[in-house]
Amino acid sequence: MAKLFAVTIFVIAIASAIPIVLNIWGLPVDISTHGPLIDEQMSETMVEAGICFLAAQLALGFFIWRFSNRPKGEKIKLFPGGARSLVLAAVIVVGIEVMALGIFGTRAWASIYFTPASANAMPVQVQAGQFAFYFRYPGPDGKFGPIHPELINEATENFFGLDTTHDQDSRDDIVTAELAIPVNREIHLLMHSKDVGHSFFVRELRIQQDFVPGLDLSVHFTPTKIGRYEIVCTQLCGLGHYNMKAYLEVKSQEDFDKWLKQQAALQ
Amino acid sequence: MHDMSGQAVHHHAPPTGFIRKYIFSLDHKVIGEQYYALALVAVYIGLVLSWIMRIHLAWPNYAIPGVRFLSKTGAPGGILTPEYYLQLMTMHGTIMVFFVLTTAPFAGFGNFFLPIQVGAEDMPFPRINMTSFWVTFVAFVVAVSSFFVPQGPPLSGWTAYAPLSALGQIAGPGQGTGQVLWAIAIAIFCVGQLLGSLNFISTTLDMRCKGMSLLRLPLTVWAWFITSCIGLTAFAVLMPACILLVLDHVAGTSFFIPSGLVVNDQLQTHSGGSTLLWQHLFWFFGHPEVYIAIVPAMGVVSHVLITNMRRPLLSARVIIYSMASIAFLSYMVYGHHMFVSGMNPFSAIAFSFPTLAITIPATIIVLIWIGSLYGSKLRINTASLFALGFISMFVSGGISGFFLAQPSLDVMLHATYFVVGHFHLVMAVAALFGIFAGTYFWFPKVTGSMMNETLGKIHFWVTFVGSYCIFMPFHYLGMAGNVRRYETFVDDFMAPLMPVHKFITIAALITGVAQLTFLYNLVQSRFWGKRAPQNPWEGTSLEWSIPSPPPFDNFGGKIPVVYHDPYQYGVEGAANDYVMQDSSEQINSAHDEK
Amino acid sequence: MATTVHEPPEAKPHPTLSDDGGWHDLTPSTGNLLAVDDSSPASRTGIWVALAAITMTFAAITSAMVVRQGASLDWRHFTLPPVLYLNTALLLASSVTLELARKGVASFSRGVQPGRSRPLGWLCVTLGLGLLFVGGQYTAWLQLKAEGWYLATNPSSSFFYLFTAMHGLHVLGGLVGLTMVIWRFSRPVSTLRLSTLSTVSYYWHFMDVLWIYLLLLLWTRI
Repeated sequence: MAKLFAVTIFVIAIASAIPIVLNIWGLPVDISTHGPLIDEQMSETMVEAGICFLAAQLALGFFIWRFSNRPKGEKIKLFPGGARSLVLAAVIVVGIEVMALGIFGTRAWASIYFTPASANAMPVQVQAGQFAFYFRYPGPDGKFGPIHPELINEATENFFGLDTTHDQDSRDDIVTAELAIPVNREIHLLMHSKDVGHSFFVRELRIQQDFVPGLDLSVHFTPTKIGRYEIVCTQLCGLGHYNMKAYLEVKSQEDFDKWLKQQAALQ
Repeated sequence: MHDMSGQAVHHHAPPTGFIRKYIFSLDHKVIGEQYYALALVAVYIGLVLSWIMRIHLAWPNYAIPGVRFLSKTGAPGGILTPEYYLQLMTMHGTIMVFFVLTTAPFAGFGNFFLPIQVGAEDMPFPRINMTSFWVTFVAFVVAVSSFFVPQGPPLSGWTAYAPLSALGQIAGPGQGTGQVLWAIAIAIFCVGQLLGSLNFISTTLDMRCKGMSLLRLPLTVWAWFITSCIGLTAFAVLMPACILLVLDHVAGTSFFIPSGLVVNDQLQTHSGGSTLLWQHLFWFFGHPEVYIAIVPAMGVVSHVLITNMRRPLLSARVIIYSMASIAFLSYMVYGHHMFVSGMNPFSAIAFSFPTLAITIPATIIVLIWIGSLYGSKLRINTASLFALGFISMFVSGGISGFFLAQPSLDVMLHATYFVVGHFHLVMAVAALFGIFAGTYFWFPKVTGSMMNETLGKIHFWVTFVGSYCIFMPFHYLGMAGNVRRYETFVDDFMAPLMPVHKFITIAALITGVAQLTFLYNLVQSRFWGKRAPQNPWEGTSLEWSIPSPPPFDNFGGKIPVVYHDPYQYGVEGAANDYVMQDSSEQINSAHDEK
Repeated sequence: MATTVHEPPEAKPHPTLSDDGGWHDLTPSTGNLLAVDDSSPASRTGIWVALAAITMTFAAITSAMVVRQGASLDWRHFTLPPVLYLNTALLLASSVTLELARKGVASFSRGVQPGRSRPLGWLCVTLGLGLLFVGGQYTAWLQLKAEGWYLATNPSSSFFYLFTAMHGLHVLGGLVGLTMVIWRFSRPVSTLRLSTLSTVSYYWHFMDVLWIYLLLLLWTRI
């Protein structure tokens, strides 16, 4: 049975590695400027993790095979170098490896979070609420009107609680159910939540950020490929969480301008 | 520290009467069995919940038989509503993490074997020990009672993030009474565990028999001791967090609820609270909690492996230091659950490095285990199979941690099935393997009967292969972008992944059925099993020096004296290939600890 | 290959004590407390473990308060009810009387001092002061209520009530312990063990220290 166990471990280890190596269910295509750093980090980590995984499982399986059912008179042998060599191996090989991953991974993280949005990034506001995302563009005046939570009303579709009668800046704001953005333009996404915690995740954009009620957060990114992508909520927010999604439409500058005009007319 | 022999606290006559013997027992052994029984009930409830969840995920429109009896509104006609899926998911996590993974390996085995392995007749505070079990039991009852209130259990996950968990019924079904019951149950559970830790720490430090220095303690004792130290700080933080949550519900306070929230078009009157505060408090508990779940299993695996390898580990001291380092580091890493939570991005880096660093002691432990296999005389039985299986599971689950420890990768993997695969493999499955290893190993000692080896091996094979079939694909799903905590998948994005979900569900059901063989084996062996010898595995630690099952005072009035460390195997010149810890036979002092 | 030969163990007899099934304390049938091995390091470890857990609980609530205070601009300060300072004095005095009691009990057990009434008296005074403290805390609550500060009025009052309630609950636990000590010590044959008295005393003094900490915290932040 020991040998069968060893073989099983080998088979499971190799079988687990196959989908990764063949990239059967890989990361979705990357459409962002900071994405390559993340994808590179992912690949490097995968290689190192894969080596550790295979080495450990194969060693385990091999030793089970080799050292079970040994004849009675056999002596107990000490692993070469004893505990010391293994501790050193763990500290030096694995320790340095994971620290290196951490240090290099900081670049990818920094590219998203350590730099502020540039001055000419296009601001768009997103509000998450049970169970939909709504977006707001500032309109020609470039300013977002103030939000009045007490005025929020789903029935009249006043999702952001705007008071166009009294607030000048709100009058040209454009509220939409879709996030359309021009390609190759930096976007500054201003995030807030209407009720509970939510999260903004676009896999292709390599962006995931929670909405925290009570906090105004933001992320910035630059999309590089035209297309239609899912925005999904990834922070459990209630019974409709599974269905809380919107669409990111990356358009050419021309198409975007056209779309924005259409949306303005619908306000 | 003290080395007390003849600690004159517990000379008492054997208990008489059914109530005193089996219900309100002061005997640590009975208390350990009670905890184990509680965990056994809890794990099968958790297992059934997982079946319902998996069937629904793979076949959302299938009417699951029996479910409509669980709840009138939750599953009309047997088809789960979205909220009921989340409610079952919440209780699955809660019951499994608290009432199985924290209870069985720590309170269950620990209560039974810790005093015996240190050479004591009982714990120093038997009444507090008994109280700790019954408090835990009450917590379980309160938690399960949430199924039976009108709107059912909470749906906010076992993590109960605010403000969803704090706003009350308006936030969703089950968020009223259900959430309050949940919070009260967890607070009560924390008290029970604190009382338990008190006994574990005092026993380890003060009740050791003569000759039992700290470094001569079995690795299981070290694991339980380290776990109790972690528990002391972790549970003491979760309890007030739950109190704050209950106050937000029933007293109108705003600890976790900021101002300006509009739920169902109604402006909430709460103001000023901090949502992230709950996350900090919860994860300050939550991360050490996962080590509470796994460290006892590491101790059991070490202990079972040594006996079945017929040689000590390359260095027991290194294992002890590594377990202690893991415990120490566990407080510095909790922010890795909050990388994308909106907390300061620089703190993400600060949490990331200790998280990566904790890989090192974990790797050391795994390498010591594997390195000790080299040149050993490995015996294969169900207990050793599960112990070896633990190593495989822990490696698989631990390595996916390399990814999650890095914030930049967490951007892609947070809240996906990758995380679910990671924690199930490294914590749930691995700890369960530890529990199984301990059960098959110690069942003869506890009951006086052997478990059926054939059934045990069937249980092992289906569980080992089945667990990989269930949880390895979770990682692929996560990399591909499958979001977690969704009751169903409603888009084209997920359609290509549905066959994987179906495969997982079938594997889960088959693996689940195998767990029934374990239950059958337990019951059948307990009452009709072959009589067990005192030392069926030829072990050396003190539990093997006493009868099976042990007398009420463990050592029959004669407290042992130990002469060396508990892992004297393969001693040249000895009569057998092992020397009992309480034997004054000559040993190889190169291996001995003073 | 080196070998180790160990000395055979000395036979150390357990002190024989009468017992009654484990539910009650071990009582020497002669009533001679001196015969009892009373060092009980386990109870000392136990109380330190318990105090560590209690410390962590209050540390968690403290950090919750600090975060909450910084999270939003809605914190409104109020003056602490002056009765709190009187309560503090009562509690500190109770620690002094407890120590006086302890000395008395110790001399009684050593056979130096034949009478129990003095230390018993101090124990009762301690209990009384403790009860007065709890009553005083309740008075503080009533005073706050009269000024319109309820549990949910403001985060400041929320934390005030939470801290004083948690501390008060633990003090009540200490009072139960003190009552048990008094009851055992005042039985015809005292069944009080010195280790039990030590444990209860450590706990009681810790309630003092904890209260001083809380008072300072509330005084500077509320």
